[in-house]
Amino acid sequence: MSTPAQPAPRGFSMPRPGDGAQPSPEPPASTEPASTGPASTGPAGLEPLSADATVELGAQQQALRISEMLDRLDREFVGLAPVKDRVREIAALLLIDRLRQRYGLSSSRPSLHMCFTGSPGTGKTTVAMRMGEMLTELGYLRKGQLVSVTRDDLVGQYVGHTAPKTKEVLKRAMGGVLLIDEAYYLYRPENERDYGQESIEILLQFMEAHREDLVVILAGYSDRMDVFFRSNPGMASRIAHHIDFPDFSLDELMQIAELMLEREQYQLTQPAQIAFREYVARRMTQPRFANARSIRNAIDRLRLRQARRLVAAGGPIVRDDLIRISDADVRASRVFRTGPPAPAAGTG
Amino acid sequence: MRITQGTFSYLPDLTDDEISAQIQYAVDQGWAIAVEFTDDPHPRNALWEMWGLPMFDIADASAGLHEVTACRAAYPQHYIKVVAYDASLGRQTTALSFMVSRPAHEPGFRLDRQEAVDRRIRYTLHSYAADQPAGERYAGHGVSANGARGGA
Repeated sequence: MSTPAQPAPRGFSMPRPGDGAQPSPEPPASTEPASTGPASTGPAGLEPLSADATVELGAQQQALRISEMLDRLDREFVGLAPVKDRVREIAALLLIDRLRQRYGLSSSRPSLHMCFTGSPGTGKTTVAMRMGEMLTELGYLRKGQLVSVTRDDLVGQYVGHTAPKTKEVLKRAMGGVLLIDEAYYLYRPENERDYGQESIEILLQFMEAHREDLVVILAGYSDRMDVFFRSNPGMASRIAHHIDFPDFSLDELMQIAELMLEREQYQLTQPAQIAFREYVARRMTQPRFANARSIRNAIDRLRLRQARRLVAAGGPIVRDDLIRISDADVRASRVFRTGPPAPAAGTG
Repeated sequence: MRITQGTFSYLPDLTDDEISAQIQYAVDQGWAIAVEFTDDPHPRNALWEMWGLPMFDIADASAGLHEVTACRAAYPQHYIKVVAYDASLGRQTTALSFMVSRPAHEPGFRLDRQEAVDRRIRYTLHSYAADQPAGERYAGHGVSANGARGGA
């Protein structure tokens, strides 16, 4: 991002007592038309533009490596269209803001606090973790470190304990992302002397005062977040991006399963794939289905069954045996047994 | 009289951006940042009041600057410095210390003579500011410092 053409001194510069009190500001370069040709001479050049200059958007986008980042997002996450849309919007705004700056138009940093709601296992926490990296790449955050906290990291145990504790966490997260998982636990309506409210107030204050330094992401299940926001209207209005994570479709779940198996270096045989698809379809209709998390659990159980089968069979083994998960491994699941719903099948 | 103490003290007062850059440097070195303040300008007053706890695990200078700003708001007419502590084995000491805020008016010092044995003369520094009780020094601008120490 930093280019030699960039006029403003980025790093530390110290005025010396001898040569005037102020570091001489860069000469007002607004008079020169700043190379009206394609601005691709320097990547992400920040030199000011005259009012009638034209800029090629595509080249700018390439220079900032935005499309590269968005492609990566598409590859790494299955489904999640609302999330991707929002990231795309933020990225586009960044691009336009840069250009506005160069034309001398005002551009302020948008509020980036977010709230992720959705059913269990829809990838809220995972996306929050990636969000820090992405916002840093986009230039909205300086460090992009992720500080993941829950209620007990923020709320103290006795009077006067909460404020320093919350501030400590907030300071740690400055320059990056503060992820508050299961944020609705912060507020306990049934206990009016609960310190959670104090923590929320400090959070609000920081979110407002340090919009430039910190991105707060609240994550939690939809219904409970609704209750949380209803009792803290200030919080809801200070969060610019309320993103709802949709449940995955059957195809998306299968895609996720494929990715997971690939990462763990397993393979489903052709019949096993058909069986697994059937398994997921059945599992989706059962209670306590937790989207990708259930898939992960199912895969873990597949591995268990495969291991048991191999050990029970004994005899010589080749590499392929260790990789392949057979039809029988899948079909042995309790989900396939018609009859009373098996409570332990999905929660394991 | 302008007090010079710590790094950069012969330079013009640092701007917030410069303070930020210094803090960022310290943080990048893995040093812990602390903010301290005092209203006793004596050069031998090395141990100042601590503004909160040292920040051991911040990643970005904005957190440090936030505390400096908060301390300035509470003590607009005190000396405030940022201390960076290097905890690495073998050093374990203050690595960097610089002033970030000072009173608007610094009355300075006088030299006191003391008659000692054998007509010897001892000299000592006396700060005009220290004539006032702690917390009321520097034109009474200071907020009544509830935790301010007495003498040096």
